[in-house]
Amino acid sequence: MTELSPTAFWISSWAKVMFVFTVLMVAVAYMTYAERRVSAFIQDRLGPNRVGPFGLLQPIADGIKNILKEETMPATANRTFFVLAPALSIIPALVTFAVIPFAAPLGTPWGVVDMIVADIPIGILFVLALASLGVYGLFLAGWSSNNKYAFLGGVRSSAQMVSYEVALGLSLIPVLMLAGNVTLTEIVWQQQQLGFWYFLPLSLAFVLFVISAFAETNRLPFDLPEAESELITGYHTEYSGMKFSMFFIAEYAHIITASALMATLFLGGWSVPFWSGDHMFWHEGALISGFTAAGEPIAADPAWWKTLLTLLSFALKTAFFAFVFIWVRWTLPRFRYDQVMHLGWKVMLPTAIAYVIGMAAAILLLDQLGIEGFLFGAILTVLSGIATLFFVFVVDRDRVIGGGAVTTQSLRSARVPVGPAREVASVGEPPSASIER
Amino acid sequence: MVDVLFFVFAAMAVGGAFGVVLQKNPVASLLFMVGTLGAIAGIFVLFEAHFLAAVQVIVYAGAIMVLFLFVIMLLNLGHDYRADIRSGIGAFLAFAVSGAFAGLLARQFRGAEENPLYQRFPGPEGMDALLAEQGIVGAIARPLYTDYVVAFELVAILLLVALVGAVALAKRRV
Repeated sequence: MTELSPTAFWISSWAKVMFVFTVLMVAVAYMTYAERRVSAFIQDRLGPNRVGPFGLLQPIADGIKNILKEETMPATANRTFFVLAPALSIIPALVTFAVIPFAAPLGTPWGVVDMIVADIPIGILFVLALASLGVYGLFLAGWSSNNKYAFLGGVRSSAQMVSYEVALGLSLIPVLMLAGNVTLTEIVWQQQQLGFWYFLPLSLAFVLFVISAFAETNRLPFDLPEAESELITGYHTEYSGMKFSMFFIAEYAHIITASALMATLFLGGWSVPFWSGDHMFWHEGALISGFTAAGEPIAADPAWWKTLLTLLSFALKTAFFAFVFIWVRWTLPRFRYDQVMHLGWKVMLPTAIAYVIGMAAAILLLDQLGIEGFLFGAILTVLSGIATLFFVFVVDRDRVIGGGAVTTQSLRSARVPVGPAREVASVGEPPSASIER
Repeated sequence: MVDVLFFVFAAMAVGGAFGVVLQKNPVASLLFMVGTLGAIAGIFVLFEAHFLAAVQVIVYAGAIMVLFLFVIMLLNLGHDYRADIRSGIGAFLAFAVSGAFAGLLARQFRGAEENPLYQRFPGPEGMDALLAEQGIVGAIARPLYTDYVVAFELVAILLLVALVGAVALAKRRV
């Protein structure tokens, strides 16, 4: 199997861009449908079920409605930025998908086509760069509306996203240390080679990444920028028609991209579990599926059904996380703003740094001892499992994030401090308890 | 292709830089600045310095400019357009200082071949071999943590001191 000629590369790249964009847009449309249906089921309702079978044509009806609706332009708004903001928020969410590998390489008569739009050498860093740009759309929307609610939403979004970007970046460092590279194709390959998907040997990084991803996508319990009960709808209060729905498309595209990232980084990407037939990777100009015991590369055998099967595997993993996003939204209440900041800076950041140091020490030690393969993964799994259990135990409500659940007993006993978490717990306490002290 | 793209990005960078100083609205200036930084990141990519491009966007466009933005928003600037540099002598001084600085930079870079750091550059073939061997991040990380580790740690301590100093100045009572 050979690499593509330049012409074939151009054609295949255009085809992949069109494919990814179309699939992403359709997925976004059906995310809105899924959100409404799942929320309805969670609240014992039916949800939209009138347009088409099971209401499946509802997204099309919504799209037509949004295009036909009147667009209002607030008199005091800054026109240029008001129009620019929805575009700035939708572009990073869509472009991030370019570096995510979505299936095993496909063998064609013209060479092997990688199932990734752009396999750039900086992979993850590109994702982080675009994530850091996502805040401009929200901020500009809030600022240019010239409305105090929208403005507050914008301020909150910039503070929140800057805070959680730090934890997001730090939670990725153990993944990069274990994979030894920053490209997403290689991270998938290393997970296949190790035999462990990274959510096991790096479980705490997985937990931290999921929490930060929720904050980065502004989803409940972190939807402070648009908290309806406080800010009407925050940064997009003044928007209407298609500009309004562009913010929604951006939000759902963000969710899908974040889900795909979680699947790629921690759930083996497109690899099918318990099957080594889909292992494929470019090694020194040749597509290989692994190494023999003597270190000789074994040539891979790409096939169209393997590509389809891995695409299905990737889609299922992504859909699972997308469902978790919806599930969490309709289950958990919103954080208070000080709790968001507290969790980001005083819990997630130190935990992520400590975990990076711990994992670096563990990986170095295991390398020095010459432990490889299954035992390597198993030891890391146990270590990370202990760390994760400890983290969940400490972050459990009312220990660190105060005010989460105020039981009658905790009020009566005037907060008997729970171990060393005493000082930290006082941050979010209800006023009555602090007066008693 | 690369030549064409270079001039596109260069024009964007220069145009953006003019936008930063000519706009009266601070938010517009800031967005032009982000555009300039993005164009420079594009030029880095054309030089195959992918890592530098990513870091440029993450650190400058994504973090530092967002903090600028935060300050602009907290002070609620940008809704009244007053130029902070008066015309006349102020504008002349501003152009004189920036022109002198540009001249200084040009003078410095003219002798780049004699710079001892430039002597260590392995050349295009050597770069390709290095990248193939250590990856795009390893090629930067390895010298940073071996040959230049003292300078690297000193910079880190400098940043820490600046951080502690800022907190100490801003927060009198704890």
